[in-house]
Amino acid sequence: MGKTGNGTEFDVIVIGGGATGAGTARDCAMRGLRVLLLERFDYTNGATGRNHGLLHSGARYAVNDGESAAECIRENRILRRIASHCVEENGGLFISLPEDDLSYQDKFVESCRKAGIEAEAIDPKEAIRLEPSVNPSLTGAVKVPDGSIDPFRLTIANILDARAHGAVTLTYQEVTGFIREQDRIVGVQTYNSKTKERTEFRAAIVVNASGIWGHHIAGLAGVTVNMYPAKGALLIFGHRVNNMVLNRCRKAADADILVPGDTITVIGTTSTRIPYEEIDHMHVTADEVDLLLTEGEKLAPALADTRILRAYAGVRPLVAADNDPTGRNISRGIVLLDHASRDGLEGFLTITGGKLVTYRLMAEWATDLVCKKLGVNAVCRTADEALPGSRLTKEEEKRYPVGNVYRAAESRHGELARQMDLHDAYDNSLVCECEGVSVGEANYALRALDATDLASLRRRTRIGMGTCQGELCACRAAGLLAKAHNCTEKAKHELVDFLNERWKGMSPVAWGESLRESQFSAWVYEGNCQLGNNKKEVKP
Amino acid sequence: MNLQQYNISENNFEQCIKCTVCTVYCPVVPLNEDFPGPKHAGPDGERLRLKDPDFFEKSLKYCLNCKRCEVACPSGVRIGDIIQSARIKHNTDTPKLRDMLLANTDFVGRMSTPLAPLVNMTLKLKPVKAVMDSVLKIDHRRVFPSYARQTFESWYRKHAAEQQQNFRKHVSYFHGCYANYNYPQLGKDLVKVMNAAGYGVHLLEKEKCCGVALISNGLINQATRQGKHNIASIRRSVVEQDMPVIGTSSTCIFTLRDEYPHLLHIDNADVRDRVELATRFLFRLIDEGKLKLVFRKDYKKRVAYHTACHMEKLGWAIYSTSLLRMIPGLDFVMLDSQCCGIAGTYGFKKENYRTSQGIGAPLFRQIESLGLDYVATDCETCKWQIEMSTSVPVMNPVSILAEALDVEATIQANR
Repeated sequence: MGKTGNGTEFDVIVIGGGATGAGTARDCAMRGLRVLLLERFDYTNGATGRNHGLLHSGARYAVNDGESAAECIRENRILRRIASHCVEENGGLFISLPEDDLSYQDKFVESCRKAGIEAEAIDPKEAIRLEPSVNPSLTGAVKVPDGSIDPFRLTIANILDARAHGAVTLTYQEVTGFIREQDRIVGVQTYNSKTKERTEFRAAIVVNASGIWGHHIAGLAGVTVNMYPAKGALLIFGHRVNNMVLNRCRKAADADILVPGDTITVIGTTSTRIPYEEIDHMHVTADEVDLLLTEGEKLAPALADTRILRAYAGVRPLVAADNDPTGRNISRGIVLLDHASRDGLEGFLTITGGKLVTYRLMAEWATDLVCKKLGVNAVCRTADEALPGSRLTKEEEKRYPVGNVYRAAESRHGELARQMDLHDAYDNSLVCECEGVSVGEANYALRALDATDLASLRRRTRIGMGTCQGELCACRAAGLLAKAHNCTEKAKHELVDFLNERWKGMSPVAWGESLRESQFSAWVYEGNCQLGNNKKEVKP
Repeated sequence: MNLQQYNISENNFEQCIKCTVCTVYCPVVPLNEDFPGPKHAGPDGERLRLKDPDFFEKSLKYCLNCKRCEVACPSGVRIGDIIQSARIKHNTDTPKLRDMLLANTDFVGRMSTPLAPLVNMTLKLKPVKAVMDSVLKIDHRRVFPSYARQTFESWYRKHAAEQQQNFRKHVSYFHGCYANYNYPQLGKDLVKVMNAAGYGVHLLEKEKCCGVALISNGLINQATRQGKHNIASIRRSVVEQDMPVIGTSSTCIFTLRDEYPHLLHIDNADVRDRVELATRFLFRLIDEGKLKLVFRKDYKKRVAYHTACHMEKLGWAIYSTSLLRMIPGLDFVMLDSQCCGIAGTYGFKKENYRTSQGIGAPLFRQIESLGLDYVATDCETCKWQIEMSTSVPVMNPVSILAEALDVEATIQANR
């Protein structure tokens, strides 16, 4: 147990509810520390929830950064084991097109092998057989153990396990300042944007795991961490076009990864440096959409005539290496900063950089350092113990009665689906028809997964992520929310916010069926539900 | 900018904007709660099946394949095709003996006609019905169409083939199993009407069953073989001999034109436009001033038209009804367009009997209330269902035309 001499309630406070923060909270809690996790909005609101959902094999980094590649493949294998309900073992192909230099393939395969990644060059015909959607003019293909991972489920599973080990995790708690005693951080001041309350929490160590916002958090603590925000835009297609991850076998470039995940396919990403002030106001531009489509069609020609559901963008938390004011030596590897040795500030660490796939390793590094500082001797067990939701054996899966409502719930929540009330016809009726989310599943998320509003309900269950983008499900979900919170008025406001947020993602790709869909939604909600009498509320 | 000008997906499944009007028009949804409805079974289900084929639900078999969802869809989504394609792709159950018997209308017909009186009598016996009900799960309340002693084809060869050469213009007739094995009179009526109109009628080279029942019962390989054979025969008629193909069964014609390319992936693009119903063929000739039909002055009947589902899907009811309305003594009534519930072999199955009769109930009530001489419909299975469930005889429009036609006057008028 950590030294808690001066009345701290917690051993460690983790700032940030992304995968890294949740993973750090879990690791710390599993090692017996008293943990508090604080998230400004909802879990997975930052880069964790705005990426490809790619379970990297590491192959993409093999040529340029063997170390990152090796980390990736190790963590890839661990996640298949501990987070099976978040992972789809789809496999991946790195394809060469006529415009690509085929000789790169040998170097690529060799680099993969050095990093420990199984990479096998296969005949283009075999590639077409494995993945019929692939561009048939490919000249070469390499099979790698890429996969897909659902970052929403992954993060929540970490949160649930952290809580099972005694951690306290709070959302909508923004850190507004630090409590500092001489050269030591001893706690944080927070502001709850829902209740408008200000609070102080004290702990021996504070871990800054707030991704791109870590720049700002570090500033609040009086130290400098130079983050270089790189915006990445992505497009979501209406259904699964491909079943294997498709990459280009060349030097990493824009829009050259196509990832199938759950019911959809994602193409990404662009990479644009943006000013730090813009990180909370991401918009996908027409040029970005154009680039993503043009490049995407080269991977899978079917994208040219597949409906696009929405566009979104995230910000990579890239960190400039210390002593490099130009920011040119940007690392994509894991960055763990001990501000005691670096800046002379005790009780404060920053964990950043890295990738979604290496979140667990980042958490392990951060927790190792926390434990060292607290004098705790406990080994990391996060690579061995399966996360909640991934604790079903194949035998058990088979024994459970299966209907599509339960099947869909289990595909998202693993064995936790058994905690849902799915007893009668009402529980089993669908809230979200596109994704097959039942009333029972939505109520479970409201009850057990910190779904406090429609956006968080969406992240926990996929409500509103399907073809109709909220047209049919948003009002039903708002009804459940009103019941759960016993407040119709608030739910109605939530509904308007939710629909506008959906429209935000649809507007960059508002043509064809997506435009018809959004127009139809507007009729339903403005015309039938009398929602948004003020025209500004519901667009278009 | 890349605006994806041509984003039309297979079966238009991405064109669905989730308006759900298909589910409102589905005749099965109000009666069978196990059927998730066309939207959920179709475009919604397809996304889930693409994610994991295990999301295929056996309840898709409750789809009638009536295609009324497709008619209702404002976005042109081929919902029925999505559902049927999913059944073709994912259903692993081997067809039961019953399904094989119901589906092989061709084979069963060939076996039955030589023994028609015996078969017809046997199928009416209570103990036989009880056995069929309990062993085969063919509902005992179902009345079977009776078999003819002589097939249409053998009648044609003996009594009609020779005279057909005397005409200047010619058509091929896709008679289908019903006219051949059960009700050759329909074929005879067609020959009578076409001959009066100045057309010689010919058989296709070795016509096989269109296969609609094979498709709905999961016998896809056999359906594809028969389909390819039929399209090859049709091609010889249409392309080599310049003889269009006409039919008297809306379902056969619909299957040849649309189910072949959509569900069996048989390319019929070069002949599709020249395969149609006799009523459409005749109406268009009249409309273009190339044909006159003269009807008997003493013909007096009150007739209501029932729009079969596939007729609704084809959009061709207007041709049949327009022809019927031309008959001066025919008091015409248009029935509400709704499914009669039989849907081919669907209603024969014990598990579907209640749904089948429930779907048809409003139609049967309307028919009984009108004091009719006949119900007219272009579909033979609708005929069985309506005759079994009401007191009114059902006729194909072509048979009514044949009955009302003044053959001599018509021949004179077209000289």
